[in-house]
Amino acid sequence: MTSILKTACFGLALGFAASAAQAEEIKLGIAAEPYPPFTYPDASGKWQGWEIDFANAVCEEAGLDCVITPLSWDGIIPALKSEKIDMIVGSMSITPERLEEIDFSDKYYNTPTIVIGLKELDFDASPEGLSDKILGVQSSTVHQVYANKHFASGGTSIKEYQTQDEANNDLASGRLDAVQADAIALKAFLETEAGQACCEEKGQVADDIEVLGPGVGIGLRKEDTELKEKLNAAIATIRENGTYDAFSEKYFDFDPYGS
Amino acid sequence: MTTSPLPADETSRRESWLKPHRLVLILIAVALIAAAIIFGRWDWLPRYLPRLWSGLLVTLAMLFGSALLGFVLAVPLGLVQVTGPWWLKTPAAAFCTMIRGTPLLLQLWLLYYGLGSLFPMIPGIREFFLWPYLREAWPYGLAALTISFAAYEGEIMRGAFAGVPSGELQAARAFGMSPAKLLWRIWLPRALHRALPTLNGETVLQLKSTPLIATITVVDLYGVISRVRQETYLTYEPLFLLALIYMVLTAILVFAFRYFENRIPTRGI
Amino acid sequence: MIDWSLLALNPPGWGGVLLQGLLSTMEIAVGGYLLGLVIGLFGAIGKLHGGPLARDLLEVYTTVVRAVPELVLILILYYAGTDFLNKMLALLDYEAVDISGLVAGIFVIGIVQGAYSTEVIRGAIKSIPPGQIEAARAYAIPPAKILRRITIPAMLPYAIPGLSNLWLIATKDTALLAVVGFSELTLVTRQAAGTTKSYMLFFLAAGALYLAITLISRFLIGILERRSRRGLAGVN
Repeated sequence: MTSILKTACFGLALGFAASAAQAEEIKLGIAAEPYPPFTYPDASGKWQGWEIDFANAVCEEAGLDCVITPLSWDGIIPALKSEKIDMIVGSMSITPERLEEIDFSDKYYNTPTIVIGLKELDFDASPEGLSDKILGVQSSTVHQVYANKHFASGGTSIKEYQTQDEANNDLASGRLDAVQADAIALKAFLETEAGQACCEEKGQVADDIEVLGPGVGIGLRKEDTELKEKLNAAIATIRENGTYDAFSEKYFDFDPYGS
Repeated sequence: MTTSPLPADETSRRESWLKPHRLVLILIAVALIAAAIIFGRWDWLPRYLPRLWSGLLVTLAMLFGSALLGFVLAVPLGLVQVTGPWWLKTPAAAFCTMIRGTPLLLQLWLLYYGLGSLFPMIPGIREFFLWPYLREAWPYGLAALTISFAAYEGEIMRGAFAGVPSGELQAARAFGMSPAKLLWRIWLPRALHRALPTLNGETVLQLKSTPLIATITVVDLYGVISRVRQETYLTYEPLFLLALIYMVLTAILVFAFRYFENRIPTRGI
Repeated sequence: MIDWSLLALNPPGWGGVLLQGLLSTMEIAVGGYLLGLVIGLFGAIGKLHGGPLARDLLEVYTTVVRAVPELVLILILYYAGTDFLNKMLALLDYEAVDISGLVAGIFVIGIVQGAYSTEVIRGAIKSIPPGQIEAARAYAIPPAKILRRITIPAMLPYAIPGLSNLWLIATKDTALLAVVGFSELTLVTRQAAGTTKSYMLFFLAAGALYLAITLISRFLIGILERRSRRGLAGVN
């Protein structure tokens, strides 16, 4: 108990002074939720996944001392802007809307957007198909924006979840009829026991580049142009020297970079 | 709960209220609000007003629904802990301890996601007549809030039942009242009367718990503001507005309760 | 049907992660509670003996904090509060500090707890028989010493019930930090549950841990209350 007390007092008293000294650290924000196969905690509490491998490779290439900092997804852009973190590696799509707030590195992967749904229901991923369905999306995502833009007016009732795995869980429980998210993450869910039992892919949504964006990039503050150049160079290098393909092969049998 | 949300003593307020430094403070407050209005971004507000209104209704429905149901549950919970047989006393006490000893957020997630994860294992649940409600999120929110209110208020009711002077109960028995009549005519009204003043504080605490239901997809006031924050990328303005709305709601609750408390006769107590 | 091995302390069990989360929860709760006590002590003295301005400002602080949901306060303090602090530091020409993790959690819980502590301690100080402090003044003991030697020891028996209740609230309020993504017990539980899909098991396990904190705390508080009341008559 006393050691906790000491830690707490120490943290209070010196936290302000001590942490200012080590300004060289780059805080790399990730969403504090399981989002397999990109980021998920393992049973020892460490973060794993394709995107963690990617982040480590980029940081090493760019010579940055990155510290993984888990945060809640729906507050990750405010956290970036208020300098709680310095970059976002969280499967964040580059969209015009977000570009007004923050900047992005070049894209590092791209995946189509799909809808999955309950097996016993027969529908497709169109506004008509989803017209009387309950669709789950994660809040603060392009899918939330997309669903509200294209499906809400057609009578789809949209439920928003703080994390993707909670939306998936509610689909498996039958509370939702369908879930919209990116194809890689949802296919990973369909391969799990719960996913296999309940659900199937219902199809890809019609593209809307304005909302869905050209791919996923590292989120950055607008003024951090130097960091952006470093990261872009590092992404290009690991694409060329085979590092990217090497860690991708551990997770996928295709190239997630997309066209 | 010993933490009442607002100070009860009025002595400071009865003194001359407007002093020079208060005028300055009020001016500063007005200037701050004016600055927030002028320099903040509020163009989103008209667009979201209808949704804020419906969010407010959800919050209020949850608050009053759970407080009412919770209070109805709290009476037997308190009573059996004072006078019940051990097989009622023990579970009631254990229930209150368990609910009061764990965070409401965890209870909420246990109810909603925990129960939800069991649904696929129950065959035929989708044909069950309550399924339309089991699919929705608000029944779980209402249930969790009700249980929480019942546990806290149950503890208070226990104290209220135990605190009724035994002489009054003995007198009622001496008059030959049956146990049921004694409970209905003497014990319950006296205990309720003792517990009523705590309702104010408990209801304000309950109001402050309602935003948690937004984490299980119920779109209450807090849920609407979260939506604003995501869509506008603003942090300060929506959150300050939200805090302001809750402050106004708390103030209304406090003054409403004070008004009603003054109308309940307290002669001879 | 229930896979208990998921709770094993070493991977592939998640027990170790949960205990780590419990430790974080305890660190924030203890730190936030202590910070709250410090704020509460100064707040109470300010409310009782401060100038009219200090008194009114403290009144605003305690009223606002107690009228706004903790969840909303935590969001405001977590995003706006730390941002504001950095901007103030920048204005004063200091380098921006890194307020994240533990310090942010303690700061947030401490500010919320401080408002309640202020009221509890104020009430306790007012319960001290005024003669005791008057006697000390008559002996010309300096005010700081009166505070240290008379006021604080004498108010403790009156303050302990309220302050113990605040401690129990502090342990439960830390769970709200899960909503801003702070890795304490509730959030790691949510992550473990989401990853393994064993929602029931992990939420119940976390509930048991919180309950254990409460029950152990209550036991210790009971001892403390009995000790603090030695030699006093009629204090509840």
